[in-house]
Amino acid sequence: MMLELAVNATVTTSTAATGGAAAPSDVVVNLLIFIMATFLGTELIRHVSRLLHTPLMALTNAISSVSMVAALIVMSETSNSTLLILATVGVALACTNIVSGFILVERIVRLFKPAKPKVKPAEAPAK
Amino acid sequence: MIDPNYILALYVVAVVMFILSLRFMSEVKSARWGGRSAALGMAIAVAATLLAYQSNDIAALVGAILVGFVVGTPIALRVPTTALPQRTAMSQAFGSLAVALIGAAEYYDYQPHVNPFTMAVLSAEMILGFLTFMGSCIAFAKLQELIPGKPFVYPGKNFVSLTILGVAGAVGAYLVYSPATTSALPIMALLALAFGFLLVMGIGGADMPTVIAILNSYTGMSAAALGFVLNNKLLIVAGSLDGSSGFVLAVIMSQAMNRSFTNVLFGGVGAKVVKGAPGQQKAEARPVKSFTVEDVATILDNAQSVVIVPGYGMAVAQAQHVVKEATDIMQEHGIDVKYGIHPVAGRMPGHMNVLLAEANVPYDQLWEMDKINPIFPETDVVIVVGANDVTNPAARTNPSSPLFGMPILNVDKAKTVIFIKRSMSPGFSGADNELFYLPNTWMVFGDAKKVLSDLVGALKSK
Repeated sequence: MMLELAVNATVTTSTAATGGAAAPSDVVVNLLIFIMATFLGTELIRHVSRLLHTPLMALTNAISSVSMVAALIVMSETSNSTLLILATVGVALACTNIVSGFILVERIVRLFKPAKPKVKPAEAPAK
Repeated sequence: MIDPNYILALYVVAVVMFILSLRFMSEVKSARWGGRSAALGMAIAVAATLLAYQSNDIAALVGAILVGFVVGTPIALRVPTTALPQRTAMSQAFGSLAVALIGAAEYYDYQPHVNPFTMAVLSAEMILGFLTFMGSCIAFAKLQELIPGKPFVYPGKNFVSLTILGVAGAVGAYLVYSPATTSALPIMALLALAFGFLLVMGIGGADMPTVIAILNSYTGMSAAALGFVLNNKLLIVAGSLDGSSGFVLAVIMSQAMNRSFTNVLFGGVGAKVVKGAPGQQKAEARPVKSFTVEDVATILDNAQSVVIVPGYGMAVAQAQHVVKEATDIMQEHGIDVKYGIHPVAGRMPGHMNVLLAEANVPYDQLWEMDKINPIFPETDVVIVVGANDVTNPAARTNPSSPLFGMPILNVDKAKTVIFIKRSMSPGFSGADNELFYLPNTWMVFGDAKKVLSDLVGALKSK
């Protein structure tokens, strides 16, 4: 029923849609994706080890900087110089986050070591 | 021109990598693959987007990406683990500003004809982006101690903040009605910035774990909103993963303080410390017993089991390495040593674990609150290093305490408690710590690092 409505909506409105990328049927699909991803994310994060909450934040921060993709799309499609400047700054900021985020996750996660039975800590590899 | 379906297929691969990366974070053993698979997913997403890159202006593109690597790499490699909360706040500022600017670019691109749904999402996205940007900047300044960590509170604070947010929302709604009014955009942005400023200014230092998590959630949400505007499903999924992650962490943090979100954001807890700290005067009047470092060494000589409870003070004193040294010596004397970690110890979620892991403490010695609490009655000695409120038994026993109801580490149940502290000043909540006056508690006054290195010396000579 819901799907039918969505399909009908596309037929009637997609031609009328102006100035926005999303036609109403896309909106429904996108909302569905958003809701499912949020539920999935909540479940995944609940099971993340409490030891790792700090690297988790660096990781999700870097993942959300996938907005770099949006900035790249704007850069690719525009000829307007204001837009180009805004999007270029966006790419630089998001890319900084991505690079520093992923390096940091690797760096922090490497700090966590299991106990080595009966090995003197002095022998542990110095970082 | 490449078939757009190939690009979408690559986006699907990227999404799978992102989801797997969060799955890998459920255990320390697989955590290395967490970062790596997400990084691979990101590389695929960016590469796929670049396949369709049409503009001839390659210089700007290469320049922007180079800036990302040149700025990002040294930040990540040089930041000390004690400064991770600041760096997280800074990267949230970067991320949310990027999203807000891209939103603004989209708006200028579409106007004067923007369909109402797209405009409504854009307005919400820009308000969220700008307020998170300013909020993260203030959080950074507070954590870096550029400005005082105390909450900035004045009468009618919440009314003023919420009015500003309301007006920003109204301007956003006006843009939906009349998208051609480009002059409304800077006004909306300024109002959102002002709200972000006031919001985080009103929050105290010890509430930062929750605030950082909430800002993290907002960054993700605004990225997801951008996905709606661009009809880009990759952005929606990645944004909502980040959004829900920040949300779950914020829930965990506020549960660990037995407070609601609203109370953290608008309660201004800790503000009492500013007004003449009632706990402080009381503290002077009641007797406490204090130990010298040699006394501690003697007690430890007869102990079988020790639990160390670290807090933000350990990070401030940079004492994590000497804590580990003391642990090693105790273990050489045959003492079983564990660490009890309260969820809100430190200035961001999980901060204590990273500091101790850096000091080479094996992660299986780090015990979370629910697992360590049943062990305290069988523990000979608890050493509290730089924690305070999270050990206050008043949270269990005194209904008039501001901490009442907060889950705490029940260190008072141990046979002996050794509390290392610089002075008798109360913790962040302003509440006097009942623990200090218990018959089994002994205070050791001094800087945590100095006291512990003296203790290492005393134990070595035994």
